[in-house]
Amino acid sequence: MIEFELNGEAVRTDDDPNTPLLWVIRDTFKLKGSKYGCGAGLCGACTMHVDGVASRTCTLPVAAVANRRVTTIEGLGTPQDLHPLQAAWHEHSVPQCGYCQSGQIMSAAALLASNPTPSEAEIDAAMSGNICRCGCYPRIKKAIQSVGDTSLAYNAAAGREVNS
Amino acid sequence: MKRKDQPTVAGAVTVTKIDRRTFLRVTGVAGGGLMLGVTVGCSPEESAKVRSADVAAEPIELNAYVQISADGIFIQSPNPEIGQGVDTALPMIVAEELDAAWSDVTVVQAETHPRFDRQMSGGSRSIPSRWLPLRQAGAAARHMLVAAAALQWEVDPAECETRDSMVIHAPSNRSLSYMELANSAAVQPLPELDGLKLKDRSEFRLLGKRVGGAKNHTLVTGGALFGIDHRMPDLLYATYVKCPAVGGRVKAANLEAVKALPGVVDAFVQDEIKPPPGGFLTVPLAAGVAIVAEDTWSAFRARRVLDVEWDEADAAKDSWSAARAQAQELSAGAGNEAVADKGDVEGAFDNADKTLKSFYEYAFVSHAQMEPQNSTAWMRDGKLEIWSPTQAPQFGADSVANLLDMDVADITVHALRSGGGFGRRAINDPMVEVAAIARRLNRPVKLTWTREDDMAHDYYRAGGFHSLEGALDGDGKLVGWRNHLISFTHDGTNPVIGGNIDANIDPGPFVPNLNLTQTLLPWQTPCGPWRAPRSNVVAFAHQCFLHELSHAAGRDHLEFMLELMGEPQWLEEGNSWSLHTGRAAGVIRLAAEKAGWGKTLPEGHALGLAFYFSHAGHIAEAAEVSVSDDRTVHVHRVTAAVDVGPIVNLSGAENQVQGSVIDGFSTMLGQQVTFENGRALETNFDTYPLLRIPRAPDVDVHFIQSDFPPTGLGEPALPPLAPAVGNAIFAATGERVRRMPIAKAGYS
Repeated sequence: MIEFELNGEAVRTDDDPNTPLLWVIRDTFKLKGSKYGCGAGLCGACTMHVDGVASRTCTLPVAAVANRRVTTIEGLGTPQDLHPLQAAWHEHSVPQCGYCQSGQIMSAAALLASNPTPSEAEIDAAMSGNICRCGCYPRIKKAIQSVGDTSLAYNAAAGREVNS
Repeated sequence: MKRKDQPTVAGAVTVTKIDRRTFLRVTGVAGGGLMLGVTVGCSPEESAKVRSADVAAEPIELNAYVQISADGIFIQSPNPEIGQGVDTALPMIVAEELDAAWSDVTVVQAETHPRFDRQMSGGSRSIPSRWLPLRQAGAAARHMLVAAAALQWEVDPAECETRDSMVIHAPSNRSLSYMELANSAAVQPLPELDGLKLKDRSEFRLLGKRVGGAKNHTLVTGGALFGIDHRMPDLLYATYVKCPAVGGRVKAANLEAVKALPGVVDAFVQDEIKPPPGGFLTVPLAAGVAIVAEDTWSAFRARRVLDVEWDEADAAKDSWSAARAQAQELSAGAGNEAVADKGDVEGAFDNADKTLKSFYEYAFVSHAQMEPQNSTAWMRDGKLEIWSPTQAPQFGADSVANLLDMDVADITVHALRSGGGFGRRAINDPMVEVAAIARRLNRPVKLTWTREDDMAHDYYRAGGFHSLEGALDGDGKLVGWRNHLISFTHDGTNPVIGGNIDANIDPGPFVPNLNLTQTLLPWQTPCGPWRAPRSNVVAFAHQCFLHELSHAAGRDHLEFMLELMGEPQWLEEGNSWSLHTGRAAGVIRLAAEKAGWGKTLPEGHALGLAFYFSHAGHIAEAAEVSVSDDRTVHVHRVTAAVDVGPIVNLSGAENQVQGSVIDGFSTMLGQQVTFENGRALETNFDTYPLLRIPRAPDVDVHFIQSDFPPTGLGEPALPPLAPAVGNAIFAATGERVRRMPIAKAGYS
């Protein structure tokens, strides 16, 4: 039995301790926002926060998060109260297919938590583990910068529909 | 504020509660395919009794595409969403003619149903094929709402206008919202579609604006939208292990050992099933071993124990190194099949002032869509229900019916959002596999491919080789063109998808003397459509070679390109899929101008220019590039000039062009699937690199919005990128790169 905190709640699982955290979250806890892309820590689609650190969970055994804090995209903000990055993603209409975007947002959120106004080079470095096959990179960069740069207003609560 | 993707409306398509007088009348429109699903047979007097007080609590249907309730307006998006943005663009077209306020609109992904005509996302055809019928659907619903209001007010409908989901009667200063009018509108007679007045472009209020993706909210909050996310009670999870070389069969497998593993429910061998000949986009079922488990990881983990002995007697032996060697040898001469011949090619080359010969090549590539292939199926009482991220649900149902000997009427396919398509999901092999697995189970089952499965069992973009020759006259004009294409064939006769040329692709129409030949090498590993099939590779060879010719002639590339296009003419008047030289020249000039063609660039930077016409889009791109001493290629900025007619969603259109440019660079830079002994050697993103954010160029997008019919943007912005970068590398270094990926030519 492995116990950990998932999006603020204490949870436990009797899954095999070697099961990658991604599959525990997707199949056992039925949270589908974190994605399977490569199974080898190469694409970042599975990114979650473990104690606030962006982690590739398709290769991280669930045993490694025992008694630690796991945050998934579902726990970053709520549909009614979006995280500023979720609102910025909305504002800039970043997604095309959208499959990688949970992982992108989680990596960006970890970056901004430690560095609220990253330079372009710092964004590149922090985001280079996340592949976007559709090529939304220009908008990903803009969305992150818009949150980092508080002079660019966004409306986090409304999550505007007509935008960008 | 209301969300466009409220989960509560998922079933709206089936809600048609009007009253007992309702009957179904399907109205087909020749060529357009609009089917207005529901109308009623009551008199105007009767319909007047249905007053606005009876506000519909549940969505009430004005036609197949438009339902309205007290909560707002529900617009059906008929085509599969694969990242190309049709779930926003198509409903916008309806909303424009409906005069709906976009903030009142909830987009509903339509179920697969004949009343939505052919529901396929492919060929950049969603916008052009749906343009007229969706405008008519919006205008027809608007007409019925106006009729309902006019009846209630006892005024002439012609005195009414519409705006922001309201019918307004200005003379009496009255207005009613569509939500108030829905019930009474639904019992108005259907208008004649041909008689509906559609808006001029100048009257558009919504089209051409920047509108955010309809499902953005769900996407950024991690909602379960994609095929791989499908949830249902009692779901089992499967993996399917196939021979690494296509065509291999299972000789023996240690099924008992696998079945004993924790979490594993079943394991069995599935034999190969070949489709009856002639089906379009129908696929064989490859032989393999299915492992069914209680969760995905238990199925994946069990593969480590699975030991299969393959019978490779009929399996592919394809070898890329052998094909390359053969192609290089063949390139000296003409192909063994004639494709096209025009003018006096021998004479043109004999009398030329200059001739040039170059050999271009490009590798096989994988689609590498981010969401690995998957599908869910449930077989109950002889009926099969499927949930699949597919570009072509109806073709998928046909494939399953063909292979499993079922009646297609017993198969329901739900097309779920796809994590990327790029042509891969036009082929429904995972759907066929999961259907075969589901037949053996009494519970629903989701099949998920590993990334390694995905890369090993693609329908690949074919590699190929062009032996090109050009002849220039004394004025530096292109007077002769030869192309010997060396491509591949599965059946010994027909080229693989994307592995062909013809006299209509540029510069064919503009060269007086032309000779095209081909040699097709046998190839068993399946090839399929990959974003802008054929154009995505031919553009590289042709547009780079044209640059070589203009350089050899000592001419400015821009001027050479414009001269080739000549006077404005539509090669086939009225046919969107035919090149218009005036539109071509327009985008070539605009891209050059906006990129600063002929102006001073930063030290070490150079511009490369290319134009390509594909999928009805006229697109020119200019790449600003520098190359470091270690031969790292830096693409600093790409300027794209695009003419696809009027833009539907400016935000989505810009995103498609930027994404296509980045996809184009990603693919030309490092992507290759190498086949030896029938096996793909690359297995995951470590050996098959996709571009990451630090290498992504800035992309400036300029649209020439014209009154030509609008056409699609999922594909045509990709082909010009590779030659633009190739030409820029030459401009920066004097080195010509004639091979994709350029990593195989020493660049990084």
